[in-house]
Amino acid sequence: MSVPPDRTPPTVEIAGAPPVPAPTREQVLAGLRATDSGTDLVQLMTPEGERVANPEFDRYVADVDEAALRALHRDMVLVRRVDREANALQRQGQLGIWVPLLGQEAAQIGAGRALQPQDMAFPSYREHGIAWTRGIDPTELLGIFRGTDHGSWDPREHGFHLYTIVIGNQVLNATGYAMGQRFEGRVGGEDPAGNEATICFFGDGATSQGDVHEGFVWAAVYDAPVVFYCQNNQWAISEPTERQSRVPLYRRAAGYGFPGIRVDGNDVLACLAVTRWALEECRSGNGPVLVEAFTYRMDAHTTSDDPTRYRLADELELWKLKDPIERVRANLVREHGVGAEHFDALQAESDALAERFRAFCVDMPQPGPDRMFSEVYAEGSPQVDAQREAYLAYHASFEGAGR
Amino acid sequence: MTALTLSKAINEGLRAAMERDPKVIVMGEDVGKLGGVFRVTDGLQKDFGEQRVLDTPLAESGIIGAAVGLAIRGFRPVCEIQFDGFVFPGYDQIVSQLAKLHFRSQGRVPMPVVVRIPFGGGIGAVEHHSESPEALFAHVAGLKVVACSNPSDAYWMIQQAIACDDPVIFFEPKRRYWEKGEVDTDTEPGPLFASRVVRPGNAVTLATYGPLVTTCLEAATAAAGEEPARELEVVDLRTLSPLDLTPVLESVRRTGRLVVVSEAPSEVSVAAEVAARVQEECFHSLEAPVLRVTGFDTPYPPAKCEEDYLPDLDRVLDAVDRSLAW
Ligand SMILES: Cc1ncc(C[n+]2csc(CCOP(=O)(O)OP(=O)(O)O)c2C)c(N)n1
Ligand SMILES: [Mg+2]
Repeated sequence: MSVPPDRTPPTVEIAGAPPVPAPTREQVLAGLRATDSGTDLVQLMTPEGERVANPEFDRYVADVDEAALRALHRDMVLVRRVDREANALQRQGQLGIWVPLLGQEAAQIGAGRALQPQDMAFPSYREHGIAWTRGIDPTELLGIFRGTDHGSWDPREHGFHLYTIVIGNQVLNATGYAMGQRFEGRVGGEDPAGNEATICFFGDGATSQGDVHEGFVWAAVYDAPVVFYCQNNQWAISEPTERQSRVPLYRRAAGYGFPGIRVDGNDVLACLAVTRWALEECRSGNGPVLVEAFTYRMDAHTTSDDPTRYRLADELELWKLKDPIERVRANLVREHGVGAEHFDALQAESDALAERFRAFCVDMPQPGPDRMFSEVYAEGSPQVDAQREAYLAYHASFEGAGR
Repeated sequence: MTALTLSKAINEGLRAAMERDPKVIVMGEDVGKLGGVFRVTDGLQKDFGEQRVLDTPLAESGIIGAAVGLAIRGFRPVCEIQFDGFVFPGYDQIVSQLAKLHFRSQGRVPMPVVVRIPFGGGIGAVEHHSESPEALFAHVAGLKVVACSNPSDAYWMIQQAIACDDPVIFFEPKRRYWEKGEVDTDTEPGPLFASRVVRPGNAVTLATYGPLVTTCLEAATAAAGEEPARELEVVDLRTLSPLDLTPVLESVRRTGRLVVVSEAPSEVSVAAEVAARVQEECFHSLEAPVLRVTGFDTPYPPAKCEEDYLPDLDRVLDAVDRSLAW
């Protein structure tokens, strides 16, 4: 990839704000270098939707027939629809913030569909697609972003831990969980169906955090059955990946003594295949494994962010050509003759889901004044109890006073 | 005099300090191109270059630990922690190295490092973006801890903190970033480690800092307008470690009543320290027990509960009533 030498960066205007200088030419070049995927990328389907043979990984998706491919496509369409609806809900004041997954659907659906029910997943905060594959209804995500709870699902029941916002924390937690799987003999057993693995999600920026490095060390020392799944979406808010690393991220694994692999994160088949392989390695006792899903954050970091301050629209345009959903759609049409009525029906299904999601959101009840005092401790605390009592009495004194 | 938002005032203060001293460098996540998520460092990288405004790797232990090393080398780093709840990966470096090096080296290695932390709630954010961890720093010997509350102080205090040869944890009231105030950029208003009476009164003393100074001033205005009118004296503590309680003690000797107001949980808090010290020093002047209006001893709750969690005008006035009714 290259930038035409004569291009002059435009100045970006944002409504209501003073004009912001566009990124420099150096920055553009740096950004393009970071998005250059090179040759070391596992890909099973090209951006044009052409299935390419891969002797190493084809067998991990040998069972993916037309129906299965449609199902993967449907997953991606539905989570994108929910994502866009949530973004709109934030704009309309119904959510405090939203963290978009736009562009990362394949990286998440591929990884999520590789998991077995007995496996455990540790997300960061953008893993709405993984949540979907773990049977968590999208409405369950709303509380975090509307500000009514910190996560409403039962992590054990779904094999999906709560979202973790402090960058990197969950990598050590996932490692500990995986150590537990090993200590309990759930790794390398005769019956593969009884074996377990853990997968942990984090971003390119997170790879700089001490917790992530310590997680790598611990997992290596304890042969923990954990797949470290890094979604390299090229940006950590405003910082491109080369602010975090000199080498491609997957190559870091070698230094810790376990395999690292880079997969086309916009190729759902490749993500499925590579994650199945990685999980199998872990289940059979060859963990940990690092997977770098090479993808792109197509929207802002969050709804509070303004990416025009630090990256150029050109970069987004390039990545749009690699859209994770479009390539599967093209493949379904060309190689399987799937017709318009299928996609129309899917459109209708996604609209209905979005409508249900929206209706649920606007009807969410306000938590009561006692909520914050609940479940602070497993065994309670006299101090918190006393504060609850005093506050509820105070609160009640306003009743009818128009508070 | 110019009217500046609090965030712009810190920006201007940083700029002035950087112009004055080439050893002052700014470092943190997204502080360069983006100008920080609150735009406090807006434009600084453009004007001072990437060697003086560092978009660092995403690692708070790295930010603080590297700042310690840079300070050993003679720089005066100003670190930005993006949000209060993200300082903890850097806490080890703050407590183990930053706070102790001057003492350990018998004064040979000063640590002129500023750690800027936007703190407090009230912005409807998700977890870890609304906390008030100041007591965790005030408790650590070797650190100085301050909190600004208005644009003028923000402009001057950041420069004074940078000029200080001790490490300063600099708390910024994030929900007040966009509030404007007059800033006199010519006359330095007074020393950094000093509290200040920001509204005189005689009925009850309110001691507070950071985002709740505005709340307490509003409470004082409300109390003055009620029947019967009560004049509340408001003290902006500004420095939390070392505490400067002289204006508070002087005030309590006149009013006999003190309410300490802060967002942080009350247990083992700055408010608790103020209460303890005031009863030690002013026992015979007190007409009522020192009361605290604070956050609760719970994790910071989801945003829809913040109205219940955060001290507001009503809770401050309720405490004033209780103090007066004693
Ligand atoms: C310890 C910590 N420091 C800072 C932040 C603020 N922050 C939130 S997301 C983010 C960037 C994360 O980038 P990356 O790891 O690439 O994940 P992405 O958001 O791109 O998915 C930062 C700095 C945080 N959440 N936690
Ligand atoms: Mg990223």
